[in-house]
Amino acid sequence: MEINTFLQNFADILDDTDAALIKQETVFRDLEEWDSLTALSLIAMADEEYSVKLTGDDIKSSTSLNDIFEIIKNKG
Amino acid sequence: MATFSVKDIAIKGISCCVPKDVERNIDLDILTQEEIQKFIEVTGVEERRIATKEICTSDLCCEAAEKLIKDLNWQKEEIEILVFVSQTGDYILPVSASILQDRLGLSTNCIAFDVPLGCSGYVYGLSILTSMMKTTGIKKGLLLAGDTISKIISKTDKSTLPLFGDAGSATALEFSDGAEFSFDLGSDGSGYKTIIVPDGGSRNRINNDSLQIQTIEKGIERTSCDLVLDGMDVFSFGITQGPKTVNKLIADFKIDKDQVDYFVFHQANMMMNKMIAKKLKLPAEKVPYSLKNFGNTSSATIPLTIVSELKEAILNKPSNIIMCGFGVGLSWGTMLAKDCKIESLELIEL
Repeated sequence: MEINTFLQNFADILDDTDAALIKQETVFRDLEEWDSLTALSLIAMADEEYSVKLTGDDIKSSTSLNDIFEIIKNKG
Repeated sequence: MATFSVKDIAIKGISCCVPKDVERNIDLDILTQEEIQKFIEVTGVEERRIATKEICTSDLCCEAAEKLIKDLNWQKEEIEILVFVSQTGDYILPVSASILQDRLGLSTNCIAFDVPLGCSGYVYGLSILTSMMKTTGIKKGLLLAGDTISKIISKTDKSTLPLFGDAGSATALEFSDGAEFSFDLGSDGSGYKTIIVPDGGSRNRINNDSLQIQTIEKGIERTSCDLVLDGMDVFSFGITQGPKTVNKLIADFKIDKDQVDYFVFHQANMMMNKMIAKKLKLPAEKVPYSLKNFGNTSSATIPLTIVSELKEAILNKPSNIIMCGFGVGLSWGTMLAKDCKIESLELIEL
């Protein structure tokens, strides 16, 4: 599993966010576009792209996109 | 386990009753216009029917049942079982089913009880009714399923208010040689907190703190007597368990997917439902939605989707219909109604 592909996949679920802002260390919760509905898109993306079941706790306990990446990698 | 078939019982008719009052999501002031647009895009819910203070779930179901009994020309004394599936009954006790038995003028010999399930409740209810009718030899039975979730939702909680609507349904079941239902039912109580009303039961009796308004985050204020929905966990559960239970039914009963005319899912939210349909590779024309006009109506979503979206397509035509409900519990149920010829499908207002 590639971090750059993951970041690209994450950028794809956002509509109005500059892809340049999507980095490993990005605190996703601070993104203006992030909300509870974006979280659903993230769960959907993890399921579709990586066949991983991401839970609410996984997202709540994560800070950066790298944290999410690691969780998906470990569950995959 | 938990996959099984029940033969010789068929659905004769379904009628649904929704409150007259429409609440449009674009009129809500707890969300910004931008948030509302995004919400509608993701959930598919534009408007919902909301019961007035005087209308309970049992009232909607009662109206639906009276209409159905009349349309099918049934004699009330022939109805020997009534099951009321709801999480919003009239009282904590007694069960609403016995009140409904009396209101509908059914015989005192009628078996009547409540089943307090939600999203999976319609399928569970059908499994209970058909099984009991089969073992007892009862010829006619009524399943009343519905909810007025608006009564247990905080008006200042943007995570639940725009999603849920109210509706009641009545389904007539009758002995019919050769008919067949197949079921897959299951539950996972480890996720019981995912959708919950914390206070008011025996675990947490209503106390002085129960009605205190808590601010969970911006736009989410509620008391402990209001519905709590963990959207992320529900979503994660739905997109995993929905396809799994449908696939299990299909595999266990060797169902030819192409022979299934319609797949009617619990209307949770559009993004979740579309994802489930996509994972199952279902053609869009076989998967109806009623989310736009009614939202998520809990145990009524499946019958409401059938009467509002499929009336022309299936009325009096033998059809193979898969129905699938999943959610609060956590709990799920999927079933196939084989060669199901429904003679009455009506939607009324109260």
